[in-house]
Amino acid sequence: MLKVTKYVLHDIVRNKILIAYTVFLFVLSCCMFYLDENPDKAVSSLLTIINIIVPLVSMIFTTSYFYNSYEFIELLVAQPLKRTNILLGEYLGIAGSLTVALIIGLGIPICMYALNPLALTLFYTGILLSLIFTSLAFLCSVATRDKAKGMGLSLLIWFFFSVIYDGLILGILYSFSDYPLEKTVLVLTAFNPIDLGRIIVMLQMDVSALMGYTGALYKTILGTNWGIFISIAILLVWFIIPLLVCVKIFKKKNL
Amino acid sequence: MIEINQLRKSFGKLDVLKGISTTFEPGQVISILGPNASGKTTLIKSILGMVIPDSGTILFEGKDTNIDPYYKKKIGYMPQIGRYPDNMKIGQLFEMMKDIRKEKALDEDLLQQFDLPSMFNKPMRTLSGGTRQKVSAALACLFDPPVLILDEPTAGLDPVAAEILKAKIHKEKEKGKLILLTSHIMSEVDELADQILYMMEGQIKFNYTIADLKDITGENKLGKAIMQYLKAETYVESN
Repeated sequence: MLKVTKYVLHDIVRNKILIAYTVFLFVLSCCMFYLDENPDKAVSSLLTIINIIVPLVSMIFTTSYFYNSYEFIELLVAQPLKRTNILLGEYLGIAGSLTVALIIGLGIPICMYALNPLALTLFYTGILLSLIFTSLAFLCSVATRDKAKGMGLSLLIWFFFSVIYDGLILGILYSFSDYPLEKTVLVLTAFNPIDLGRIIVMLQMDVSALMGYTGALYKTILGTNWGIFISIAILLVWFIIPLLVCVKIFKKKNL
Repeated sequence: MIEINQLRKSFGKLDVLKGISTTFEPGQVISILGPNASGKTTLIKSILGMVIPDSGTILFEGKDTNIDPYYKKKIGYMPQIGRYPDNMKIGQLFEMMKDIRKEKALDEDLLQQFDLPSMFNKPMRTLSGGTRQKVSAALACLFDPPVLILDEPTAGLDPVAAEILKAKIHKEKEKGKLILLTSHIMSEVDELADQILYMMEGQIKFNYTIADLKDITGENKLGKAIMQYLKAETYVESN
């Protein structure tokens, strides 16, 4: 498995998109921390951008890389290697390199400018989001044979979680505004990794006081250590389940 | 050595293999023939575990190939169209295969004869179809495996390279290896193989040694013999 990862990394290091992504994150974070005197404010601006960029890049990069390395996978399948190891090796290579990009692009600026719990929370939710969307992208790529379909599906998933889902929740809130919906919304939010990541970071900030009654509820339920533990567990489930399904499909896939 | 039982495979509504059963033994050179889309490549890919059959079993030295992939250590495979990672150089590709299989190169004859080491710095994407074929052939033989599976080995090779490859196949046959090959060039099959497995619409039409086939039909040339056999067959069926 690690041998497969080794060759994936060997290939990915020279990938221009990944380098551009790293540089972009680095410049962006440095600018934010440099321009804003209050590092907490900078983190809240970064949060908005990271929550959009990280899932998007993870999905598109992974899907296109997977289809481009189809030949490599074909070559490996005819060798004495287990299919599970081939797929997990590929995953480790891609997810690992995206994580390294985040460590360089976000982790280093945080260490330089604002080494505090809030910024670190942003950092590790960023890493979890990379892992989650890489495994969702793997699922899309393994489930479809056609590159255009796979790409479309992963874009759709990204669009759904970052735009449509919030709209749906707002719609529900609006149409059932006569009922007490706080707990329902809380549960619904947990089903969207991007929202959950955002809330985990926001609860570390003072701004959560501005979110009104719902914010207070989030704080009482998710703000405790127990709540944080549960939300991280949910994010981990988001990353592991698609990967397991993906392995299962790949074992039966015809190449 | 390889035993196939009632192998079935369909892609969607298309039934590609409709219950194939046969055995292959060491020392045989078997040519899998048949019209286009008769399921030859699917059969080969099933043996290699690249296509997962719907039902039926493939046993390699008595072990089910579905359970343990390590039987592939004993197979050298040359695909119809060799597709390799674009960014990789030829030299890196060979190094990688040695690393992944955790084996040393045992048989570099083809590598030398095709003069590949002089091109070790060329990236795979810049190679012509013929050079890719040479790389595939050299890779298939690299670890001196007891089974060779060659899917249209000489298609796209220049005459000199094709002769080198044929000589190599002869040599491997002498060593008592099992060689499976598909080809559309009858003279080549006649020259290399000693047995024919003829497939049609996902089923085995016949499985004879070349000598027997020529005897039965009374033809001297393999191409004609096959035509004759199929004609006689359809004549018998229609009456």
